[in-house]
Amino acid sequence: MSGENRIGDTILEVKNISLSFGGVKALTDISFDIKEGEVRAIIGPNGAGKSSMLNVINGFYHPQQGEVWFRGKKRVAMKPYQVARQGVARTFQNIALFKGMSTLDNLMTGRITHMKTNLFWQSIWAGPAAKEELEHRERVEHIIDFLGIQAIRKTPVGRLPYGMQKRVELGRALAAEPKLLLLDEPMAGMNQEEKEDMSRFILDVNDEFGTTITLIEHDIGVVMDLSDRIVVLDYGCKLADGTPDVVRNDQDVINAYLGVSHD
Amino acid sequence: MSPLFLNALEVIVNGLMAGIMYSLVALGFVLIFKASGIFNYAQGVTALFAALTLVGFQTGQVPFAHLINTIFGTKIHHWGDGFNTILAIILTMLVMILFAWLLEKIVLKHMVNQAPIILFMTTIGLAYFMEGFGDLMWGADIKTMDVGLPSGGSLWLEDFTKGWAASGTEYYGMYIDVLDVWAAGIAILLVVALTLFSQYTKTGRALRAVADDHQAALTVGISLRTIWIIVWSLSGFVALVAGIMWGSKSGVQFSLSLIALKALPVLILGGFTSIPGAIIGGLIIGVGEKLFEYSVGGLLGGATENWFAYVLALAFLMFRPQGLFGEKIIERV
Ligand SMILES: Nc1ncnc2c1ncn2[C@@H]1O[C@H](COP(=O)(O)OP(=O)(O)OP(=O)(O)O)[C@@H](O)[C@H]1O
Ligand SMILES: [Mg+2]
Repeated sequence: MSGENRIGDTILEVKNISLSFGGVKALTDISFDIKEGEVRAIIGPNGAGKSSMLNVINGFYHPQQGEVWFRGKKRVAMKPYQVARQGVARTFQNIALFKGMSTLDNLMTGRITHMKTNLFWQSIWAGPAAKEELEHRERVEHIIDFLGIQAIRKTPVGRLPYGMQKRVELGRALAAEPKLLLLDEPMAGMNQEEKEDMSRFILDVNDEFGTTITLIEHDIGVVMDLSDRIVVLDYGCKLADGTPDVVRNDQDVINAYLGVSHD
Repeated sequence: MSPLFLNALEVIVNGLMAGIMYSLVALGFVLIFKASGIFNYAQGVTALFAALTLVGFQTGQVPFAHLINTIFGTKIHHWGDGFNTILAIILTMLVMILFAWLLEKIVLKHMVNQAPIILFMTTIGLAYFMEGFGDLMWGADIKTMDVGLPSGGSLWLEDFTKGWAASGTEYYGMYIDVLDVWAAGIAILLVVALTLFSQYTKTGRALRAVADDHQAALTVGISLRTIWIIVWSLSGFVALVAGIMWGSKSGVQFSLSLIALKALPVLILGGFTSIPGAIIGGLIIGVGEKLFEYSVGGLLGGATENWFAYVLALAFLMFRPQGLFGEKIIERV
């Protein structure tokens, strides 16, 4: 967490978000902000509403109440693909890759929001389309090098081991060169070595490209190491919000995690 | 070589040619099924509609002439000599794109997340609508189609193969319609072009992405609805090609929409989600039914081509329900 001037203005702010499914209250009156260039973590026990929060931010869920502000503007209700086009990329807790497509093709789909040539040029694969295709291919090759996944460039991702799939999914999100990157449990189910690799990638992305990152993670050690600020959710409510030190010493957080009130 | 063998060879080659037609129609089904999970019963009627529209543009028919005449008591039928073939094909394609667009805006957008059976019923309704609409727009009479493809038996091939038979036997050479050869060539070109498009362009990749995983596709910024318009347009294009070929051969008439039903056994053989499967399935059915008719058709009273494909599909369903190339369905428990 080098020089503090890497952190800028607020890029995204959620205000008083409430979301429920039938009788289940997934989120209750949640507000917090994410600043440009920071690594922001969301933690909390199972079912706390962490994934639901990301789904609200990237448009899969639409809250009954509350507002989402992105880059200084209040956002109208949007579909996920529209949010993606605004520069928000994400990965999923249970991996959503194109399983039948190669690693390279998966990463190329990450470039879709940046590709502009029309269908006509694409159809004859000439003029601007061919040039564009090669340009984006080059960018994707950079990411492949960065993540060290050259060996699996042509492998259909469905055949890759779990840890590798997580890495490819990160690659696809990076390929979009997002302004805001949302990672839902990027290290779930990984062994120690894979976790260390993933942590390093996250830090490098944040350092080198200045990408704003919001991540959900259960491994408290990892979270404390990586994040600038942490939001803690429990039963859909916000329990605490602050730097790792503040959160670590918060009595409510300690109670929630030590299971004072529930398991 | 014995004439018997040569005759069988001729049957096989003709079967391949017929099979290509089935493959093309099946290809239209697979495109839509992969992208949206919809089994489009209207695919055959779409081919008929495309062919009708093409002939209408070519011959300078006034669309809805009958309707206009009935309402206004006029007697219009043609506005002129029509467009040349290339222009007519381009215009027809534009109509198919417009049609796909309207379909998405008016019908499909209300069908998101509906059960497959409801989507299927929708396409049955669509098939009847298009059939009636085609009649209303262009009239119900049988039309001849001529896009300038050569046709008739190949004399060259007959001469070339005449000498193959052992001397002393009666053999007059192999008969193959040049039109079929052209149709095969065009179909192969179309499949190669589609494959390249889907592999190496942004939209092609987006098509594959949507076919693979909707949630992931949305996440990378793909609008499903745009893709559906593109897919329906593409399958409209495939239908147009199929309509041109079948129309050139047998005239543009309602039976065109019935051959589309042959695509069903083709899909059962090839698998609903596999493009190579659709093509190979079509060829197998084409060759299979011709060979079957040639070898045992006489014993069974002939006309086995009407049912052979369906029986073969039934047999297939019993031992390999996912088709030759479809993904194996493993229920997670
Ligand atoms: N689509 C949905 N339909 C119904 N209920 C849902 C839906 N999505 C989430 N929920 C409910 O909302 C609550 C919060 O779920 P969410 O997935 O956000 O938790 P989480 O904090 O990500 O948990 P975990 O750590 O297990 O991933 C849960 O009670 C869950 O059952
Ligand atoms: Mg979750």
